[in-house]
Amino acid sequence: MQENELILLGPWQLVLAAGLILLNGAVSLMLKLGLERRLLVASIRTVVQLLLIGLVLEWIFFPGRPWYVVTALMLVMTLIAAGAAVRRTGYRYRGIWADSIVAMGASSWLIAAVALLGIIRPDKWYMPQYAIPLLGMILGTTLNGISLGLDRLGEELDTKRDQVETLLALGATRWEAAHEAIQRAVRTGMIPLINRMMIVGLVNLPGMMTGQILGGVEPFQAVMYQIVVMFLVAAGASLGACSAVLSSYLRLFSKDHQFLAERLVKRE
Amino acid sequence: MRALVLLDPVDSGEVRWQGEVVRRDLIPAFRRQAIYLHQRPAFARDTVEAALESPFAFRAHRGRRFDRDRVLDHLRHLGRDGSFLDKRIRDLSGGEMQVAALVRAIQLDPAMLLLDEPTAALDAQTAAAVEELISGRVDEAPQRRAFLWVSHDQEQARRMTRRSLAVEDGRLTDGPW
Repeated sequence: MQENELILLGPWQLVLAAGLILLNGAVSLMLKLGLERRLLVASIRTVVQLLLIGLVLEWIFFPGRPWYVVTALMLVMTLIAAGAAVRRTGYRYRGIWADSIVAMGASSWLIAAVALLGIIRPDKWYMPQYAIPLLGMILGTTLNGISLGLDRLGEELDTKRDQVETLLALGATRWEAAHEAIQRAVRTGMIPLINRMMIVGLVNLPGMMTGQILGGVEPFQAVMYQIVVMFLVAAGASLGACSAVLSSYLRLFSKDHQFLAERLVKRE
Repeated sequence: MRALVLLDPVDSGEVRWQGEVVRRDLIPAFRRQAIYLHQRPAFARDTVEAALESPFAFRAHRGRRFDRDRVLDHLRHLGRDGSFLDKRIRDLSGGEMQVAALVRAIQLDPAMLLLDEPTAALDAQTAAAVEELISGRVDEAPQRRAFLWVSHDQEQARRMTRRSLAVEDGRLTDGPW
Protein backbone atom coordinates (compact mmCIF):
# COMPACT_ATOMS: atom_id res chain seq x y z
CA MET A 1 0.00 0.00 0.00
CA GLN A 2 1.22 3.43 -0.86
CA GLU A 3 1.82 5.77 2.04
CA ASN A 4 -0.70 8.38 1.04
CA GLU A 5 -3.47 6.13 -0.12
CA LEU A 6 -6.87 6.34 1.57
CA ILE A 7 -7.85 3.27 3.59
CA LEU A 8 -11.32 2.25 2.52
CA LEU A 9 -13.79 0.95 5.08
CA GLY A 10 -16.20 -1.90 4.43
CA PRO A 11 -18.96 -3.59 6.43
CA TRP A 12 -16.46 -5.69 8.36
CA GLN A 13 -14.84 -2.57 9.83
CA LEU A 14 -18.25 -1.28 10.90
CA VAL A 15 -18.98 -4.51 12.71
CA LEU A 16 -15.63 -4.26 14.54
CA ALA A 17 -16.43 -0.69 15.61
CA ALA A 18 -19.92 -1.69 16.66
CA GLY A 19 -18.30 -4.22 18.97
CA LEU A 20 -17.06 -1.32 21.04
CA ILE A 21 -20.64 -0.40 21.86
CA LEU A 22 -20.87 -3.74 23.70
CA LEU A 23 -18.46 -2.18 26.18
CA ASN A 24 -21.02 0.53 26.95
CA GLY A 25 -23.70 -2.12 27.26
CA ALA A 26 -21.54 -4.06 29.73
CA VAL A 27 -21.05 -0.95 31.89
CA SER A 28 -24.77 -0.32 31.83
CA LEU A 29 -25.54 -3.89 32.87
CA MET A 30 -22.88 -4.01 35.57
CA LEU A 31 -23.96 -0.78 37.23
CA LYS A 32 -27.67 -1.36 36.49
CA LEU A 33 -27.96 1.94 34.64
CA GLY A 34 -30.88 0.69 32.56
CA LEU A 35 -29.39 2.25 29.43
CA GLU A 36 -29.16 -0.90 27.27
CA ARG A 37 -32.32 -0.23 25.31
CA ARG A 38 -31.50 3.42 24.67
CA LEU A 39 -27.99 2.46 23.72
CA LEU A 40 -29.27 -0.05 21.20
CA VAL A 41 -31.74 2.44 19.71
CA ALA A 42 -29.06 5.14 19.57
CA SER A 43 -26.60 2.82 17.85
CA ILE A 44 -29.15 1.74 15.29
CA ARG A 45 -30.18 5.33 14.65
CA THR A 46 -26.54 6.31 14.13
CA VAL A 47 -26.13 3.64 11.50
CA VAL A 48 -29.45 4.19 9.73
CA GLN A 49 -29.37 8.01 9.71
CA LEU A 50 -25.80 8.21 8.51
CA LEU A 51 -26.32 5.55 5.85
CA LEU A 52 -29.35 7.43 4.56
CA ILE A 53 -27.39 10.69 4.45
CA GLY A 54 -24.66 8.76 2.69
CA LEU A 55 -27.13 7.67 0.03
CA VAL A 56 -28.36 11.23 -0.49
CA LEU A 57 -24.80 12.50 -0.74
CA GLU A 58 -23.74 9.73 -3.11
CA TRP A 59 -26.68 10.60 -5.30
CA ILE A 60 -26.14 14.32 -5.23
CA PHE A 61 -22.35 14.04 -5.66
CA PHE A 62 -22.83 12.09 -8.87
CA PRO A 63 -21.04 14.20 -11.47
CA GLY A 64 -23.18 16.53 -13.50
CA ARG A 65 -26.05 17.14 -11.11
CA PRO A 66 -27.64 20.41 -12.22
CA TRP A 67 -27.58 23.50 -10.00
CA TYR A 68 -31.27 23.34 -9.13
CA VAL A 69 -30.99 19.89 -7.58
CA VAL A 70 -28.14 21.05 -5.35
CA THR A 71 -30.00 24.23 -4.52
CA ALA A 72 -33.13 22.31 -3.62
CA LEU A 73 -31.19 20.15 -1.18
CA MET A 74 -29.61 23.29 0.28
CA LEU A 75 -33.09 24.77 0.76
CA VAL A 76 -34.33 21.68 2.57
CA MET A 77 -31.27 21.75 4.84
CA THR A 78 -31.93 25.42 5.60
CA LEU A 79 -35.57 24.83 6.51
CA ILE A 80 -34.70 21.91 8.77
CA ALA A 81 -32.08 24.01 10.55
CA ALA A 82 -34.51 26.94 10.95
CA GLY A 83 -37.11 24.62 12.46
CA ALA A 84 -34.61 23.07 14.83
CA ALA A 85 -33.55 26.54 16.01
CA VAL A 86 -37.12 27.43 17.01
CA ARG A 87 -37.72 24.09 18.68
CA ARG A 88 -34.81 24.73 21.01
CA THR A 89 -36.13 28.06 22.32
CA GLY A 90 -38.08 28.37 25.55
CA TYR A 91 -40.21 31.27 24.32
CA ARG A 92 -42.54 31.62 21.37
CA TYR A 93 -44.37 34.41 19.64
CA ARG A 94 -46.38 34.60 16.48
CA GLY A 95 -44.01 34.80 13.56
CA ILE A 96 -41.04 33.14 15.26
CA TRP A 97 -40.90 30.43 12.54
CA ALA A 98 -40.80 33.00 9.77
CA ASP A 99 -38.20 35.01 11.65
CA SER A 100 -36.03 31.95 12.09
CA ILE A 101 -36.29 30.96 8.43
CA VAL A 102 -35.43 34.45 7.24
CA ALA A 103 -32.55 34.80 9.70
CA MET A 104 -31.23 31.35 8.88
CA GLY A 105 -31.59 31.74 5.13
CA ALA A 106 -30.25 35.25 4.85
CA SER A 107 -27.21 34.82 7.06
CA SER A 108 -26.06 31.32 6.14
CA TRP A 109 -26.63 31.78 2.42
CA LEU A 110 -24.80 35.08 2.44
CA ILE A 111 -21.83 33.52 4.21
CA ALA A 112 -21.94 30.47 1.94
CA ALA A 113 -21.99 32.75 -1.09
CA VAL A 114 -18.94 34.62 0.14
CA ALA A 115 -17.19 31.30 0.74
CA LEU A 116 -18.07 29.71 -2.59
CA LEU A 117 -17.84 32.71 -4.90
CA GLY A 118 -15.15 34.68 -3.11
CA ILE A 119 -12.85 32.45 -1.11
CA ILE A 120 -12.82 28.81 -2.19
CA ARG A 121 -14.09 29.29 -5.74
CA PRO A 122 -14.76 25.80 -7.05
CA ASP A 123 -15.14 25.53 -10.85
CA LYS A 124 -18.88 25.76 -10.46
CA TRP A 125 -20.30 27.38 -7.34
CA TYR A 126 -22.79 24.57 -6.85
CA MET A 127 -20.26 21.74 -6.94
CA PRO A 128 -21.86 19.61 -4.22
CA GLN A 129 -18.69 18.44 -2.51
CA TYR A 130 -18.01 22.08 -1.62
CA ALA A 131 -21.46 23.65 -1.43
CA ILE A 132 -23.20 21.00 0.69
CA PRO A 133 -20.72 20.44 3.51
CA LEU A 134 -19.86 24.14 3.72
CA LEU A 135 -23.49 25.16 3.99
CA GLY A 136 -24.06 22.34 6.46
CA MET A 137 -21.33 23.56 8.78
CA ILE A 138 -22.54 27.16 8.54
CA LEU A 139 -26.13 26.12 9.22
CA GLY A 140 -25.08 24.13 12.27
CA THR A 141 -23.54 27.07 14.08
CA THR A 142 -26.07 29.59 12.79
CA LEU A 143 -28.73 27.35 14.29
CA ASN A 144 -27.01 27.66 17.65
CA GLY A 145 -26.66 31.41 17.35
CA ILE A 146 -30.31 31.89 16.44
CA SER A 147 -31.76 29.61 19.10
CA LEU A 148 -29.55 30.94 21.90
CA GLY A 149 -30.25 34.54 20.86
CA LEU A 150 -34.02 34.11 20.64
CA ASP A 151 -34.17 32.15 23.86
CA ARG A 152 -32.21 34.76 25.78
CA LEU A 153 -34.20 37.67 24.35
CA GLY A 154 -37.45 35.99 25.39
CA GLU A 155 -36.12 35.34 28.86
CA GLU A 156 -34.78 38.88 29.31
CA LEU A 157 -38.01 40.49 28.18
CA ASP A 158 -40.20 38.11 30.16
CA THR A 159 -38.37 38.43 33.46
CA LYS A 160 -37.67 42.14 33.07
CA ARG A 161 -41.02 43.19 31.71
CA ASP A 162 -41.59 45.74 34.50
CA GLN A 163 -38.20 47.31 33.88
CA VAL A 164 -38.76 47.61 30.16
CA GLU A 165 -42.17 49.19 30.67
CA THR A 166 -40.79 51.59 33.27
CA LEU A 167 -38.18 52.78 30.81
CA LEU A 168 -40.88 53.33 28.19
CA ALA A 169 -42.98 55.24 30.71
CA LEU A 170 -40.02 57.50 31.45
CA GLY A 171 -39.70 58.50 27.81
CA ALA A 172 -37.44 55.81 26.34
CA THR A 173 -37.96 54.91 22.70
CA ARG A 174 -38.63 51.23 22.03
CA TRP A 175 -35.02 50.82 21.00
CA GLU A 176 -33.72 52.46 24.17
CA ALA A 177 -36.02 50.31 26.29
CA ALA A 178 -35.05 47.05 24.58
CA HIS A 179 -31.41 47.81 24.02
CA GLU A 180 -29.99 45.96 27.01
CA ALA A 181 -32.04 42.85 26.35
CA ILE A 182 -30.99 42.88 22.69
CA GLN A 183 -27.35 43.29 23.63
CA ARG A 184 -27.46 40.37 26.05
CA ALA A 185 -29.31 38.17 23.57
CA VAL A 186 -26.86 38.76 20.72
CA ARG A 187 -23.92 38.26 23.07
CA THR A 188 -25.37 34.97 24.24
CA GLY A 189 -25.73 33.88 20.63
CA MET A 190 -22.10 34.71 19.79
CA ILE A 191 -20.22 33.58 22.88
CA PRO A 192 -20.09 29.81 22.25
CA LEU A 193 -18.31 30.41 18.96
CA ILE A 194 -15.85 32.86 20.40
CA ASN A 195 -15.08 30.32 23.10
CA ARG A 196 -14.62 27.66 20.47
CA MET A 197 -12.24 29.87 18.52
CA MET A 198 -10.27 30.48 21.74
CA ILE A 199 -9.50 26.82 22.39
CA VAL A 200 -9.62 25.33 18.92
CA GLY A 201 -6.74 22.93 18.41
CA LEU A 202 -5.73 23.01 22.09
CA VAL A 203 -8.26 20.63 23.55
CA ASN A 204 -9.43 18.76 20.49
CA LEU A 205 -8.94 18.82 16.77
CA PRO A 206 -11.98 20.02 14.87
CA GLY A 207 -13.87 17.21 13.18
CA MET A 208 -13.52 18.64 9.70
CA MET A 209 -9.76 18.96 9.98
CA THR A 210 -9.42 15.47 11.40
CA GLY A 211 -11.53 14.19 8.55
CA GLN A 212 -9.39 15.87 5.94
CA ILE A 213 -6.22 14.55 7.49
CA LEU A 214 -7.66 11.02 7.59
CA GLY A 215 -8.65 11.57 3.99
CA GLY A 216 -5.03 12.12 3.11
CA VAL A 217 -4.84 15.91 2.95
CA GLU A 218 -1.61 17.45 4.22
CA PRO A 219 -2.05 18.77 7.75
CA PHE A 220 -1.14 22.30 6.75
CA GLN A 221 -3.77 22.38 4.02
CA ALA A 222 -6.31 20.95 6.44
CA VAL A 223 -5.43 23.67 8.93
CA MET A 224 -5.92 26.37 6.31
CA TYR A 225 -9.33 24.98 5.49
CA GLN A 226 -10.21 24.80 9.15
CA ILE A 227 -9.28 28.45 9.69
CA VAL A 228 -11.45 29.54 6.80
CA VAL A 229 -14.34 27.40 8.04
CA MET A 230 -13.96 28.72 11.58
CA PHE A 231 -14.38 32.29 10.37
CA LEU A 232 -17.28 31.32 8.14
CA VAL A 233 -19.23 29.65 10.90
CA ALA A 234 -18.44 32.43 13.36
CA ALA A 235 -19.77 34.99 10.92
CA GLY A 236 -22.85 32.85 10.32
CA ALA A 237 -23.62 32.53 14.02
CA SER A 238 -23.31 36.23 14.75
CA LEU A 239 -25.25 37.30 11.66
CA GLY A 240 -27.95 34.77 12.46
CA ALA A 241 -28.24 35.75 16.12
CA CYS A 242 -28.30 39.43 15.18
CA SER A 243 -31.00 39.18 12.56
CA ALA A 244 -33.20 36.78 14.54
CA VAL A 245 -33.01 38.94 17.67
CA LEU A 246 -33.72 42.12 15.73
CA SER A 247 -36.72 40.71 13.91
CA SER A 248 -38.10 39.36 17.14
CA TYR A 249 -37.62 42.81 18.70
CA LEU A 250 -39.63 44.33 15.84
CA ARG A 251 -42.48 41.91 16.51
CA LEU A 252 -42.55 42.44 20.27
CA PHE A 253 -42.32 46.24 20.23
CA SER A 254 -44.82 48.30 18.27
CA LYS A 255 -44.02 51.46 16.36
CA ASP A 256 -45.97 53.27 19.07
CA HIS A 257 -43.16 52.39 21.46
CA GLN A 258 -45.23 49.77 23.25
CA PHE A 259 -43.95 46.47 24.57
CA LEU A 260 -46.45 43.85 23.41
CA ALA A 261 -45.69 41.48 26.26
CA GLU A 262 -48.76 39.32 25.72
CA ARG A 263 -47.32 38.16 22.39
CA LEU A 264 -44.46 36.46 24.18
CA VAL A 265 -45.43 33.02 25.41
CA LYS A 266 -43.29 30.85 27.62
CA ARG A 267 -43.21 27.23 26.57
CA GLU A 268 -44.19 24.56 29.05
CA MET B 1 -54.01 54.61 32.92
CA ARG B 2 -51.51 52.60 30.88
CA ALA B 3 -53.54 53.32 27.78
CA LEU B 4 -53.50 57.04 28.56
CA VAL B 5 -49.74 57.13 28.05
CA LEU B 6 -50.09 54.68 25.16
CA LEU B 7 -48.27 51.85 26.91
CA ASP B 8 -51.15 49.60 25.86
CA PRO B 9 -52.69 49.74 22.40
CA VAL B 10 -55.82 51.92 22.43
CA ASP B 11 -58.85 50.00 21.19
CA SER B 12 -60.93 53.00 20.28
CA GLY B 13 -60.62 56.75 20.57
CA GLU B 14 -57.45 58.77 20.62
CA VAL B 15 -55.09 60.36 23.10
CA ARG B 16 -54.71 64.12 22.88
CA TRP B 17 -51.98 66.07 24.59
CA GLN B 18 -52.49 69.83 24.85
CA GLY B 19 -55.20 69.63 22.26
CA GLU B 20 -53.33 67.57 19.69
CA VAL B 21 -53.43 63.89 18.89
CA VAL B 22 -50.10 62.40 19.92
CA ARG B 23 -48.11 61.52 16.84
CA ARG B 24 -46.35 58.18 16.75
CA ASP B 25 -42.85 59.60 16.58
CA LEU B 26 -43.56 62.01 19.43
CA ILE B 27 -44.72 59.33 21.86
CA PRO B 28 -41.44 59.25 23.82
CA ALA B 29 -41.50 63.05 24.09
CA PHE B 30 -45.11 62.87 25.22
CA ARG B 31 -44.26 60.28 27.86
CA ARG B 32 -41.55 62.57 29.11
CA GLN B 33 -44.27 65.15 29.74
CA ALA B 34 -46.84 62.73 31.14
CA ILE B 35 -45.08 60.18 33.30
CA TYR B 36 -46.90 57.08 34.45
CA LEU B 37 -45.73 55.48 37.67
CA HIS B 38 -46.24 51.74 37.87
CA GLN B 39 -47.69 50.30 41.00
CA ARG B 40 -44.76 47.91 41.12
CA PRO B 41 -41.68 50.09 40.66
CA ALA B 42 -38.83 48.59 38.64
CA PHE B 43 -35.24 49.67 38.27
CA ALA B 44 -32.76 48.54 35.68
CA ARG B 45 -29.73 49.59 37.72
CA ASP B 46 -27.98 48.50 40.92
CA THR B 47 -28.10 51.62 43.07
CA VAL B 48 -30.71 54.30 43.59
CA GLU B 49 -28.47 57.01 42.20
CA ALA B 50 -27.70 55.05 39.03
CA ALA B 51 -31.41 54.35 38.61
CA LEU B 52 -32.24 58.04 38.94
CA GLU B 53 -29.54 59.01 36.45
CA SER B 54 -30.47 56.43 33.82
CA PRO B 55 -33.41 58.26 32.13
CA PHE B 56 -31.12 61.13 31.16
CA ALA B 57 -29.49 58.84 28.62
CA PHE B 58 -32.72 58.78 26.59
CA ARG B 59 -33.05 60.95 23.54
CA ALA B 60 -36.27 62.40 24.95
CA HIS B 61 -34.27 63.95 27.78
CA ARG B 62 -31.41 65.23 25.68
CA GLY B 63 -29.96 68.50 26.90
CA ARG B 64 -30.94 67.88 30.52
CA ARG B 65 -28.71 66.60 33.23
CA PHE B 66 -29.07 64.74 36.47
CA ASP B 67 -29.40 67.38 39.20
CA ARG B 68 -28.22 65.81 42.44
CA ASP B 69 -29.08 68.82 44.61
CA ARG B 70 -32.61 68.87 43.38
CA VAL B 71 -32.98 65.15 43.98
CA LEU B 72 -31.60 65.56 47.51
CA ASP B 73 -34.17 68.29 48.04
CA HIS B 74 -37.03 66.00 47.01
CA LEU B 75 -35.64 63.21 49.17
CA ARG B 76 -35.44 65.52 52.19
CA HIS B 77 -39.13 66.25 51.75
CA LEU B 78 -39.78 62.54 51.96
CA GLY B 79 -37.65 62.09 55.06
CA ARG B 80 -34.61 60.56 53.34
CA ASP B 81 -31.04 61.85 53.21
CA GLY B 82 -28.15 61.50 50.76
CA SER B 83 -27.27 57.99 51.93
CA PHE B 84 -30.50 56.84 50.26
CA LEU B 85 -28.86 57.45 46.88
CA ASP B 86 -26.12 54.94 47.66
CA LYS B 87 -28.54 52.19 48.62
CA ARG B 88 -28.67 49.12 46.47
CA ILE B 89 -31.99 48.57 44.74
CA ARG B 90 -32.20 44.98 45.94
CA ASP B 91 -31.98 46.16 49.56
CA LEU B 92 -34.94 48.55 49.28
CA SER B 93 -38.25 47.83 50.95
CA GLY B 94 -41.48 48.15 48.97
CA GLY B 95 -42.06 51.60 50.42
CA GLU B 96 -38.52 52.75 49.64
CA MET B 97 -38.96 51.58 46.06
CA GLN B 98 -42.06 53.74 45.75
CA VAL B 99 -40.12 56.71 47.11
CA ALA B 100 -37.25 56.13 44.67
CA ALA B 101 -39.63 55.72 41.74
CA LEU B 102 -41.51 58.88 42.65
CA VAL B 103 -38.33 60.94 42.92
CA ARG B 104 -37.08 59.46 39.64
CA ALA B 105 -40.24 60.74 37.95
CA ILE B 106 -40.47 64.13 39.66
CA GLN B 107 -36.84 65.06 38.94
CA LEU B 108 -37.73 64.86 35.23
CA ASP B 109 -40.19 67.70 35.83
CA PRO B 110 -43.19 66.23 34.03
CA ALA B 111 -46.25 68.36 33.35
CA MET B 112 -48.49 65.45 34.26
CA LEU B 113 -48.02 62.63 36.72
CA LEU B 114 -50.15 59.51 36.44
CA LEU B 115 -50.05 57.82 39.80
CA ASP B 116 -51.38 54.34 40.49
CA GLU B 117 -51.82 54.01 44.26
CA PRO B 118 -48.53 55.81 44.90
CA THR B 119 -48.76 55.55 48.68
CA ALA B 120 -49.93 51.93 48.90
CA ALA B 121 -46.67 50.61 50.36
CA LEU B 122 -45.82 53.67 52.50
CA ASP B 123 -46.11 54.31 56.21
CA ALA B 124 -48.53 57.08 57.23
CA GLN B 125 -45.82 59.67 57.72
CA THR B 126 -44.14 59.14 54.36
CA ALA B 127 -47.54 58.91 52.67
CA ALA B 128 -48.43 62.34 54.04
CA ALA B 129 -45.08 63.69 52.81
CA VAL B 130 -45.71 62.25 49.35
CA GLU B 131 -49.13 63.88 49.23
CA GLU B 132 -47.58 67.19 50.21
CA LEU B 133 -44.75 66.93 47.70
CA ILE B 134 -47.07 66.11 44.83
CA SER B 135 -49.72 68.71 45.52
CA GLY B 136 -47.02 71.27 46.40
CA ARG B 137 -45.50 70.87 42.91
CA VAL B 138 -48.84 71.56 41.28
CA ASP B 139 -49.61 74.51 43.52
CA GLU B 140 -46.27 76.04 42.47
CA ALA B 141 -47.33 76.14 38.82
CA PRO B 142 -51.01 75.20 38.48
CA GLN B 143 -51.11 76.25 34.83
CA ARG B 144 -48.33 73.90 33.85
CA ARG B 145 -48.67 70.91 36.13
CA ALA B 146 -51.33 68.39 37.03
CA PHE B 147 -51.69 64.86 38.22
CA LEU B 148 -54.06 61.95 37.95
CA TRP B 149 -54.29 59.83 41.07
CA VAL B 150 -55.82 56.38 41.25
CA SER B 151 -56.82 55.51 44.79
CA HIS B 152 -59.12 53.15 46.60
CA ASP B 153 -58.96 55.39 49.63
CA GLN B 154 -61.92 57.76 49.19
CA GLU B 155 -60.68 60.13 51.87
CA GLN B 156 -57.27 60.45 50.33
CA ALA B 157 -58.76 60.93 46.90
CA ARG B 158 -61.02 63.73 48.13
CA ARG B 159 -58.14 65.36 49.99
CA MET B 160 -55.79 65.28 47.00
CA THR B 161 -57.92 66.03 43.98
CA ARG B 162 -60.27 68.69 42.68
CA ARG B 163 -62.16 66.56 40.23
CA SER B 164 -63.04 62.90 40.39
CA LEU B 165 -63.87 60.24 37.86
CA ALA B 166 -65.30 56.85 38.66
CA VAL B 167 -64.86 53.62 36.72
CA GLU B 168 -67.86 51.32 36.85
CA ASP B 169 -68.21 48.21 34.75
CA GLY B 170 -65.43 49.45 32.50
CA ARG B 171 -67.11 52.80 31.86
CA LEU B 172 -65.70 56.12 32.93
CA THR B 173 -68.21 58.45 34.58
CA ASP B 174 -68.06 61.66 36.57
CA GLY B 175 -67.36 60.91 40.19
CA PRO B 176 -68.87 62.43 43.32
CA TRP B 177 -66.90 65.72 42.93
